[in-house]
Amino acid sequence: MSSPIIEMRQITKTFGPVTANSGVNLEIYPGEIHALLGENGAGKSTLMNVLTGTYAPDGGEIYYKGKRADIRTPKDAVALGIGMVHQHFRLIPTLTVAENVFLNSGSKRFFLKKDKIEREINECAKKFNLAVDASAYVWQLSVGEQQRVEIVKLLYQGAEILILDEPSAVLTPQEAQHMFDTLRKMADDGKAVIVISHKMNEVMNNADRITVMKNGMVGDTMLAKDATVNRLTEAVVGVTAGTQKRSLDRAPGKDIIFAMEAVSAQNDRNLPALRGISFYIRKGEIFGIAGVAGNGQRELAEVIAGLRPVSGGQIRMHGKDITKTSVKERINAGISFIPEDRMTTGLIPELDMKQNLILKHFNTEKYSRRGVLLQEQMQKDAEAYTEAYEIKHAGVSYPVGLMSGGNQQKLLFAREVAGDPELIVAAYPVRGLDIGAAEAIRSILMEQSWKGAAVVFISEELEEIFTLCDRVGVLCDGELMGIREIGQTDIMEIGRLMTGETGTGSSEPAADGKGGDS
Amino acid sequence: MSTTLLVSIISTAVVYAVTVLYAAIGEIFAERAGVMNLGLEGIMLMGAVSGYLVAVHRQNLALAMLTVVIVGAALGLVFAFLTVSLQSDQTVAGMAMLTFGTGLSGFIGKGVSGVNANLAFNPIAIPGLSRIPVIGPSLFNQSILVYVMYLIVPLSMIYLYKTRAGMILRALGENPAALDSAGYNVYALRYAYVIFGSVMTAVSGACISLDYTNFWSDGMTSGKGWIAVALVVFAAWNPLIAVFGGLLFGAISIIGIDIQMYFPQVPSQFFSALPYVATIIALIFTTGNFRKRRSSAPAALTIPYDRESR
Repeated sequence: MSSPIIEMRQITKTFGPVTANSGVNLEIYPGEIHALLGENGAGKSTLMNVLTGTYAPDGGEIYYKGKRADIRTPKDAVALGIGMVHQHFRLIPTLTVAENVFLNSGSKRFFLKKDKIEREINECAKKFNLAVDASAYVWQLSVGEQQRVEIVKLLYQGAEILILDEPSAVLTPQEAQHMFDTLRKMADDGKAVIVISHKMNEVMNNADRITVMKNGMVGDTMLAKDATVNRLTEAVVGVTAGTQKRSLDRAPGKDIIFAMEAVSAQNDRNLPALRGISFYIRKGEIFGIAGVAGNGQRELAEVIAGLRPVSGGQIRMHGKDITKTSVKERINAGISFIPEDRMTTGLIPELDMKQNLILKHFNTEKYSRRGVLLQEQMQKDAEAYTEAYEIKHAGVSYPVGLMSGGNQQKLLFAREVAGDPELIVAAYPVRGLDIGAAEAIRSILMEQSWKGAAVVFISEELEEIFTLCDRVGVLCDGELMGIREIGQTDIMEIGRLMTGETGTGSSEPAADGKGGDS
Repeated sequence: MSTTLLVSIISTAVVYAVTVLYAAIGEIFAERAGVMNLGLEGIMLMGAVSGYLVAVHRQNLALAMLTVVIVGAALGLVFAFLTVSLQSDQTVAGMAMLTFGTGLSGFIGKGVSGVNANLAFNPIAIPGLSRIPVIGPSLFNQSILVYVMYLIVPLSMIYLYKTRAGMILRALGENPAALDSAGYNVYALRYAYVIFGSVMTAVSGACISLDYTNFWSDGMTSGKGWIAVALVVFAAWNPLIAVFGGLLFGAISIIGIDIQMYFPQVPSQFFSALPYVATIIALIFTTGNFRKRRSSAPAALTIPYDRESR
């Protein structure tokens, strides 16, 4: 093999008491797709942010083509041809694609020449088969298109080393495959491509080499062709992870607990977000909602919880119309809600554990008398919860914002499943959690369904839906494309439904007016 | 309506608009960069008093304006240090600027309060243009501060929407992380625009003490700094719309004064309050849920940028 274009040696980076990278070595060669695999929090993104000059490392050296490179700021990295597509895109929604690309090009021209830039972008995009509309505003684009803009941006700026942070997380399986084909083209063109991922199949199928990170260190580096699921799993988690299977000997009950009929709703921009959604859930059933994020999942969850008004249709609980009832009435009717943004909608980060636990019940006689909270009762219950749900904490009077994501989520679940709800709506409940915490959350849901709760389980991970759910509905552009029994479908069919069956899947509804610049 | 009255209304509205527009356009640039300065009123007072002090003691308008610019830049530097480097809360820092500017201007201006400087920006009639009926005497018989504003408006529009630097500015308040990873110095850019905004605001103050009213008294800007802040939102961060807003406020305030004589039974305070009422009404209709589209406020407005925040 030729000599490496980038060598990172003994990189160490700490955030306060947390060590994100510890003595990491990594070599990147031109013409390869190099996958960085590991759980959330394993230090993959941190390492790449050091390479791009975003984080200043506490120790270690970076070599570019064998020479010591001093990368202190993003500018230094750009000068060496290092570019990164971040998980949260670094695009300016109120500017057009061309303006965003131009912003990154390092051009010193005083006036903008949009025609010329647009032409150049189209040429560049064509070479690598990246379809983008250079004159569109970024806020009009779908997530997949925005990702292509990010890639074009790097290519236009002359990047030779491209880093992509979890690029497939926001894509349908088909879109992801198309993206990897593009990355392969760029590698064949002599560029070095680094892909951060936590999906084993994906890196085994698409990368040349795989580096596994664990606890801020490199666990193992191997050629993709030598990788097996077992070897990777062992490197990622240390032990072979066993996923729980839905027990098949126990069919869900017959009683329909919750039903929606032709429900429509609008998103925050007053565009249709849900279009005629109809489904029902039986007692003890876990109903999965699959689909690429942003296709109406958030709105669906909020409509069920009562946080978002419907523009049409009917919602029924035990056959009773609850379409117009308030959040509180729905809580009393036995609906629990695990929102996708647990830190803003689910918990109050500044408050401590015992206060967060009683958010829904602080007004009951159990926790307050004549407007004064009963601290002792709160303390006792909080301690009972932490034990029952194995929540690790520095004390029940400690702000929950300082707890880890997994423990926060367990806390939120502890509150929401208390009193055995009849319906649980869980939006992306294991997103961002490590494998251990994710398992714990799934067991809680499973246990609740055994106790008879109906569960709406919204997730992007099809494998997870297939292990957990009884039936699955697929959302695409606000429509339920189909509902399938898990035993009678496969991942590829659901993947096709996620794209809206037409196969294009990335079209965006028409713009709602002029650009956001006026 | 007689021609003289019309000319008087238009020309006063223009002068009124110009006095708030310096501050408003400066603040548009600062807020486009992601930094909101609610202390405009304080900076405006500092600009007004420092210009007037130099005018009284040195009898030199150029020197007075230079002082105003330096004072504005110094205050801008302090505000940028607080909000960009120390990442303090912009609302709180703005209130600090407000009380600091109000107090200090009253203190250093004690000696010239009510003193006549015998020096002001006098109207200059532009040959030819000033002879056009109505428009001539109302638009082209004005002070140099007004003519400079005639240039600033188109230049700021071209800068903001047609140049690379303007595009970077628009990006700065939307997604500074994107600029940072593209190799731009977010901190330096924010410092520059905050200082620019503060200088423009100080010039607004000088417009009042050296042109519009031509005297100094404690707290004389009487809320024009707040009107400038409101104008920024009203104009949706667009300098050209700010011009129309400024003229609207100007017209309302002067018409309020002119129609007082027809309604002697109504307290004069009612008419003096009209511009502020108009501000509130304008804000209600230009912000919030009345407009059924995404707010045009820069997305990163008031959010300090910290590269290593996670």
